[in-house]
Order: sequence, then C-alpha cells, then structure tokens
Amino acid sequence: MGIGEKSGLSPGPATRDAFGKALESLGERFPEIVVVDGDVGNSTRTEAFAKAFPDRAFNVGIAEANMVGVAGGLASCGKIPVVASFAAFLLCNAYDQIRMSVAFPSQNVKLVGSHSGISIGEDGPSQMGIEDVALACSLAGMTVIVPADGVSTAKATEAMIEWDGPMYLRLGRPAVPQIYSEDSEFTIGRANRLHEGDDVTIIANGLMVAMALDAAAELEERGLSARVLDMHTVKPIDEQAVAEAARETRAIVVAEEHSAHGGLGSAVAVAASKNVPVPIAYVNTGDTYAESGDPDGLLEKYGLTTERIVEAVHRVTAR
Amino acid sequence: MSLETDRPAIPDLQDKARVLRRHIIEMTTAAGNGHPTSSLSATEVVTALHFGGFMNYDASRPDWPERDRFIMSKGHAVPALYAAMAEAGYFPVEDLLTLRKLGSPLEGHPNMRRLPGIEASTGSLGQGLSIGLGQALGCRMDGIDARVYVVLGDGEMGEGQVWEAIATAHKYQVGNLTAIIDQNGYQQTGATADVLDLTPFAPKIESFGWHVQTINGNEMSEVVAALETAVAITDRPTAIVAETQKGFGILPILEEVGDTNFHGQALPADIAEKALAHLG
Repeated sequence: MGIGEKSGLSPGPATRDAFGKALESLGERFPEIVVVDGDVGNSTRTEAFAKAFPDRAFNVGIAEANMVGVAGGLASCGKIPVVASFAAFLLCNAYDQIRMSVAFPSQNVKLVGSHSGISIGEDGPSQMGIEDVALACSLAGMTVIVPADGVSTAKATEAMIEWDGPMYLRLGRPAVPQIYSEDSEFTIGRANRLHEGDDVTIIANGLMVAMALDAAAELEERGLSARVLDMHTVKPIDEQAVAEAARETRAIVVAEEHSAHGGLGSAVAVAASKNVPVPIAYVNTGDTYAESGDPDGLLEKYGLTTERIVEAVHRVTAR
Repeated sequence: MSLETDRPAIPDLQDKARVLRRHIIEMTTAAGNGHPTSSLSATEVVTALHFGGFMNYDASRPDWPERDRFIMSKGHAVPALYAAMAEAGYFPVEDLLTLRKLGSPLEGHPNMRRLPGIEASTGSLGQGLSIGLGQALGCRMDGIDARVYVVLGDGEMGEGQVWEAIATAHKYQVGNLTAIIDQNGYQQTGATADVLDLTPFAPKIESFGWHVQTINGNEMSEVVAALETAVAITDRPTAIVAETQKGFGILPILEEVGDTNFHGQALPADIAEKALAHLG
C-alpha cells in the first residue's frame, strides 16, 4: 500500500515542485525577491522564477560558499534572497557562510534545501540531507520549516517571504500525498492537528506526516486513538501543542525523515521535558548513513514506514 | 561626507594615517589584546578610502542607501576601521578605548548588528568578498551608483571562497566592486610565503578578467593613485594588490622587541608608549 492510501489521501506534487510554483507566483508581489542558485535550479525548481524574472536570478555556479555570502550581501541591500540547493550541500557545504553571512548578522535570507532525507533514492547518501535540520536549528535566530505536502509548501513559501529574518525551508524530491485543502491554515510556529486522539500523539513533519495519518487510521482499527500533529515548524517549536499532547495523551511518537540527532525528535523531547515529561519514542533514520536504492525500498530498510510508527506507538504506550 | 572634487593633499592624508595608527595602538593596548600589526599594514588603504575623497558616506546616516560600502574581510584588522569611523564621526573617539570590552559595540571582530556603519560581520576569513559582491549586485539592481570596497588579507586568499567570488564577480561584470589585498606577508604562524604561497596575486586575479594593480600599499601617493584608477573602471571588477608591511609605522620599535610579525597581540604598555612616541 502506498503512502497516504490507508488514510485516504490523494496524490500530490513533490514539495519542491510546489515551492517552485509558489515562488514564481510571488515574484510580482514581492519585487525584492532574488534567487541565488548554485547551478541546481532545475532540481530545486527555482528555475521557473529565474525564467520569469531573469534580472532577479543569479546562478553563481557550483560554489555554495560564495552563493550564501552573495545572498547575505544582497539582503543587506534590502533584497529578499532565496538561496536554494540540495539540503546536504546548502547546510553542510556552506554552514560557516550561513553562520557568518546570514545567521550572525540576522540577514533576511531564505535558505531552501531540496532533496532532503533518504527518499531521494538512487543518488545515494552523499546527496541525502539527513542532518540539515539539526544544523539549521543550531544556528541562533534561525527559523526552520519542514512542510508535509504541496499545499502547505506553497503557504510556507509565502509565509517565508513575508517573514523578516533568516529561515530554512526543507523540501523533498519525491511526489507526496496531498494532506491539506487550499483553505487550510498555515502559521509559522503553530502545529496543525490533523487527527484527533487521546491515547497517543504522533508528531511528524515532511514526508512522515502522511505515514503518521496512515498509522492513525491503522491504530483506529485496533482500538487506539492517535492524535496527529504536523509539526512543520521545528524551530521555534510549538511548545504549547507539545505540552497539550503530553498532558492529554500521555505518550508521544516523533517521526521524521532525518537522523536521530538534533532534528524534530530532539526538539519535541526538549519541549516535552520542559513542560510535561512523558514517554517518547522516535522514528527516524537512526545514527547511520543510508545507501543508494529505490526510495520505497530505502524508506523500508531505514525504518521510515507506517508499520514502524505503529510499532513505536505500541512501545511507547506500554511504558 | 567626502567628495572627489576636494581630495586632500597627500601630506594631510599621511597625517590622518598617523592619527589612525595612534588610535590603533592605544585601543589595542587598552584592550590588552587584538591585532595591532595587521591593522597597521592596512592603515594607508583605510585612510585613503575614508578621508581621501573616495568613499561617499554620511556618518549621521549609516544606512543611507546611496553610500559607498567598506568591508573589512580580514576582520581581525578592524581596529583600523574603528579608528577611521571614530575620526569620521560615527562615534566618539573616546569609545575606541572600549574595544573588546563587555558591552561595547566595538567587538574584537566587526559586528554589523551592534555597530552602525559596519557593513558586514566578518572574522571567519574568506567571506567578505562574497558579501561585497552581493552588495555590489544589490546596488546595481537598484540603480544606485555606489562602490563596494573589500579589504582582504594575503593569508586570507588561501580560502577557496575568495576565488569563487572573484570568478562570479567577473561573470556578472560587476564594475562597482574593488578588492584590496593587504599583502603584508605574514599570517598567524609565520610568513605567508612559507604557509601557502599564492603570490604573485596579480596574474592570478587578472586571469579571472579583473583589472589589477600592484602597489606599495604603505605609500599614500601610490594608494591614492591606484584608487583613482580603480574608481574610473566601471565595466569590470578591480583589485589592488597592496604590498605592505605588518606593523608599518612602528617597525623600528618591533625590531627592538625582536618580533616584526607580532601577530594577534597588543603591545605591552611600555612598548606602546615607545611606539606612540615614534609615531609622534
């Protein structure tokens, strides 16, 4: 069964596709938007903006460090630079530039990392951003968003442009199910409750939200009611939603397409421990690099499945 | 504000450089640490830009959009910039003595969020030219006739990002960007020639399509002449390789101490006194 089928979701676009479309559509309204590309615009989908607004797009070549520095300079002239690359290359290759030219001076630069997680598939671990959220979250003042579907990605893109300050938007390569309707709410820093439940809360973001909904549907058949939160904003995390989940459901499972360290799991654990400590179980890629292979096979092998979420729910509710 | 039409005479600029040098020594010795010698090598360049009629700025309006920009990419040499900013009226000269002290916006390396007039937060080497390139592009997009000056260290040229920026500035034919390489010949652990020798810089940078001049960067008349040439070029980026001496201005005193590199340390009070007497 495909992702989202169990919960009755219909197919949707990849979040990178939704981003590219949204960015282009915002170009007229926000003349300050400038795209800075490291020669992957056809992968990150900034290509559409660059075609529509050629005077507002710079392809600086395969030079991520300079790419981020140039964006910092443009931001200090009042531009809203959108810097897009693969999550791994943007965060890992240009980390010090993000720190010095964006985060430390608090420049209004929008960092967009596509091809996050292991679901990129065949290109293999060198291309897989599995530590990008941890890196982004560790930068002071950085807002970090991981949208779950095309609709929320479009809304997140608009919110990102309207937001004043440095931000990281994490996108994926494969098509994902559509979760939201066009009239749904998207507010930075506020989790969306997608499924009601009292026995456990599954907190997820990105690709894992659809699996969390599948897991909730499956658990319902087994007599367990699971709350599902789309925690699209990892930083600043919605502490109130985590506290409510902890208080009202007494157990939490966190599911993310990221390594075990420093991502959504860590953020939820900190938020819960500060307010209402409860048992938490984690579904993530662990403390390892993945490998080349087909995306579905990789998700299965590295533990990112509905079944793993269901198992984690049983584990955590038994504690 | 400085205007090209009333460029001061060379002796007046030399005297201004002397004043800046005194500030550099006084503030770093008061701080008890810092990089006076790396600041001293760049003093003629900083002086000529700020007081020689090259940079258009308004100290009372540091965010004036039309202003020319100055980035100290070799952030550890920021005392030279602070000295110029104080003399230009960005803040009182007395504030220089708060350098590196808790609560002072005059941090060990430039912090643009704390000190208005600082155009880029630097201190991790190799990044200032990219930021300057972004600013040059931003000004150009807005039709602002402003120039961006970036001072880099010769040791800093080992950072690959600098060469990425050099290549990209050529691609976009950025004619309002001037890089000045303060080639003082020394870096943290010794002579740049021994650590990672990238000289001669001029042919390398020229090969990227830049206009390049090599000058004696501690000779004010040469600095002024090179800047006059650079600002007249608007169809491509320009670089000035400024051959300088670390600690220029107080070299006899450093020779007496037996360390002409004197990297990353303030002069002790007694030596600072000698240095100030030497400067006059």
